Amino acid sequence: MKLSIASAFRKSVAAAAVAAVMAPLGALAWEPTKTVEFIVPAGTGGGADQMARMIQGIIQKNNLMNQSLVVINKSGGAGAEGFLDVKGSANNPHKIIISLSNLFTTPLATGVPFKWDDMTPVSMLALDEFVLWVNAKAPYDDVKGFLAAMAAAPADAPFKMGGTGSKQEDQIITAAIEQKTGKKFIYVPYKGGGDVAAQLVGGHVTASVNNPIEAVSQWRAGELKPLCVFDEQRLPYKEPVTAKMSWGDIPTCKEAGLDIEYLMLRGIFMPPKATKEQVEYFVNLFKKVRETPEWKEFMQKGAFNTTALTGPEYTAWLGKAAATHKTLMENAGFVAK
Amino acid sequence: MEALSSLIGGFSVLADPMNIVYMFVGITLGVLIGVLPGLGGANGVAILLPLTFSMTPVSAIIMLSSIYWGALFGGAITSILFNIPGEPWSVATTFDGHPMAQKGKAGEALTGAFTGSFIGAFFAVLLITFLAPVIAKFALQFGPAEFFAVYLLTFCSFVGMGKEPPFKVIAAMMLGFALAAVGIDTVTGQLRMTFGSVELLRGFDFLVAVIGLFGVGEILLTMEEGLAFKGKSASINARVVFQTWAKLPKYWVGCLRSAIVGCWMGVTPGGATPASFMSYGLAKKFSKNGRNFGKGELEGVVMPEVAAHAAGTSALLPMLTLGIPGSPTAAVLLGGLLIWGLQPGPLLFVEQKDFVWGLIASIYLGNIAGLIVVLTTVPIFAAILRIPFSVIAPIILVICAVGAYTVHNAGLDIAVMLIFGVIGYLFKKLNYPLAPLVLALVLGDMAESSFRQAMLVSQGNLSIFWSNPLVGSIVTLALVMLFWPIIGAVMQRLRPGGEKPAAAE
Repeated sequence: MKLSIASAFRKSVAAAAVAAVMAPLGALAWEPTKTVEFIVPAGTGGGADQMARMIQGIIQKNNLMNQSLVVINKSGGAGAEGFLDVKGSANNPHKIIISLSNLFTTPLATGVPFKWDDMTPVSMLALDEFVLWVNAKAPYDDVKGFLAAMAAAPADAPFKMGGTGSKQEDQIITAAIEQKTGKKFIYVPYKGGGDVAAQLVGGHVTASVNNPIEAVSQWRAGELKPLCVFDEQRLPYKEPVTAKMSWGDIPTCKEAGLDIEYLMLRGIFMPPKATKEQVEYFVNLFKKVRETPEWKEFMQKGAFNTTALTGPEYTAWLGKAAATHKTLMENAGFVAK
Repeated sequence: MEALSSLIGGFSVLADPMNIVYMFVGITLGVLIGVLPGLGGANGVAILLPLTFSMTPVSAIIMLSSIYWGALFGGAITSILFNIPGEPWSVATTFDGHPMAQKGKAGEALTGAFTGSFIGAFFAVLLITFLAPVIAKFALQFGPAEFFAVYLLTFCSFVGMGKEPPFKVIAAMMLGFALAAVGIDTVTGQLRMTFGSVELLRGFDFLVAVIGLFGVGEILLTMEEGLAFKGKSASINARVVFQTWAKLPKYWVGCLRSAIVGCWMGVTPGGATPASFMSYGLAKKFSKNGRNFGKGELEGVVMPEVAAHAAGTSALLPMLTLGIPGSPTAAVLLGGLLIWGLQPGPLLFVEQKDFVWGLIASIYLGNIAGLIVVLTTVPIFAAILRIPFSVIAPIILVICAVGAYTVHNAGLDIAVMLIFGVIGYLFKKLNYPLAPLVLALVLGDMAESSFRQAMLVSQGNLSIFWSNPLVGSIVTLALVMLFWPIIGAVMQRLRPGGEKPAAAE
């Protein structure tokens, strides 16, 4: 009896040992072996920072990673600091970066040497929408009225467009509207999207192209009204946001007579020379993140476009987006000589 | 009295013992964060934000805002003891706080600073409780021209009265402006003065500079003067708290003025740092003891702290009601609200009553708890000065280096800090004032962008600064402040037989 227990014990130990040896062979998958740095090429409190910290919280709460993830802001030089850090960290799989449009605009506007294909693309998380907002007291309710009023504005008091930063997404859209209409805005750059929305409520600028999440509270409070969304299709969110409207009720700019589309990338990159297994690990990680209810709620609150791409589709999208930005920036005269 | 009943509702939210525990944990963490230079309130809250994911929004905001109160209190400690401002808004506290410590009055200075903080916060939270909707509207009046006017007023109220030779003040200030210009320019999106260097992309952070100028500079000076802290003979007893409190009531006018300045700067997102500078400048100008400021006046410690804490607290008001953060830390808390699924903005007060009033109630309790925590530690912190210099100096240097690194996670910033330390030492030796340099470094960037935004809006017309009563009166007030010594002298001449000039020269 005693003997059989002992032998059973010995057998199970042996089995465990075999399993222990087999395990790494069975699952060749790479996993992080130390803390992963999550670089945000923007300051604390902005859209990218919020998303990164949201992801960090989701990963922590749902135990999606065996190592911890720390968010680090490297916002210097319109984000160039963060991208250069990742570009210079070849072969370091313990570093990822979340991108904004400054991935394309900063190198063009400042001449700082980095490009999107200097890094290893991992996954697109979502696309951020842009909406044309005006003060709720404005006499026009649609794009047509807005464009007519803009055309009628006296030369010494043209419309003022408030936006985040200079020669970045907000000013690119502004320049695109100028090219379509032939009328000029005065573009006033501010530090953050929240500031811009507040300036619009206070009547210091005429319009803004704030992201939904930056202006939604002012919309619900009846201080701002949306005119159109710069996407190909209307937003899919049907839940009422105000008493009368949902995100889905906002016309696209194209159907309203202003043929402009612009979406901002929220995607993940790794340093150069990441192996296939390492990329695979993060692709899976973010797939799990996107499936959590917290993430879905976040997407809905911010009225994001939930397109998510990986692999060759993602790379192809990036190539196209880079080309579009180059054309837009060149046409607007924003490219550093 | 609807506000009052809502507030009582808020206190009942706090009755949950876990919330009280979170509050004390938050305060203690906050004081530590405030003591460590570099690890500011904004960084501290951002790092801890994901931890609050599994809490209810009310508990989460109570803990995070308690960290913020703790950091506001804690910033004063190292400013007074070692001349190292733990937070940007405690720079003005060093001007008189450290000289007091050198005279052996560290306990008194700490008590004054903490009590001042408490008074400021209390004033601001009363304002939030009863006037939130009215004040929120006021913040919307501020466009670029108004912002520039506020920054101008800060400069002018601080500069118009220096004891130092005017040209040295200007030289120091210009150096500050030049350093502030390094990095990306918000208005044109171009890089300036980076000379192709990646490390210069992020510019010179104010905190790194301040840690070097004040902290490292002070250690260099002390080394030269004999490797010992002055003021180590400080007598330490618990009664110092009550002795100091007995002196405070006579400063009530100044406290009220500083609290108003603080609330105003917090609501119109000027922030705690300009508020503390402006309040110090005003106190120096209007106080009977103004001449002794900089030599260790209790009033010079209390006033900036009242303003800083009033500003820090009232900064939550535009965040809650408009969704505009009034300070960097408020910006991070704002991100927190979104993550917890709350939408800051005009409807928050209506839709999330429990959350808002729970938070407001926690400001009252949090500050009382904070005051108790920090006051009981006064004797302990004051006793640190008794540790021999040869032991404490290396520790301070290490803390400075860690702090400088933490600001941007950049190793080069430690070298930058050391260079600023040498600059700080040279400035002291050559009798150049450090304050104008620091002021220009922290506000130069913001003042410049709002000036240029205003010029864009007005298409280059300077009359925008007098285009409405609000901006016009602020700019005029600023110019009066700047030329006060001259105006005062002229008034004297026009009034023959008037009293002796009280010029602030």
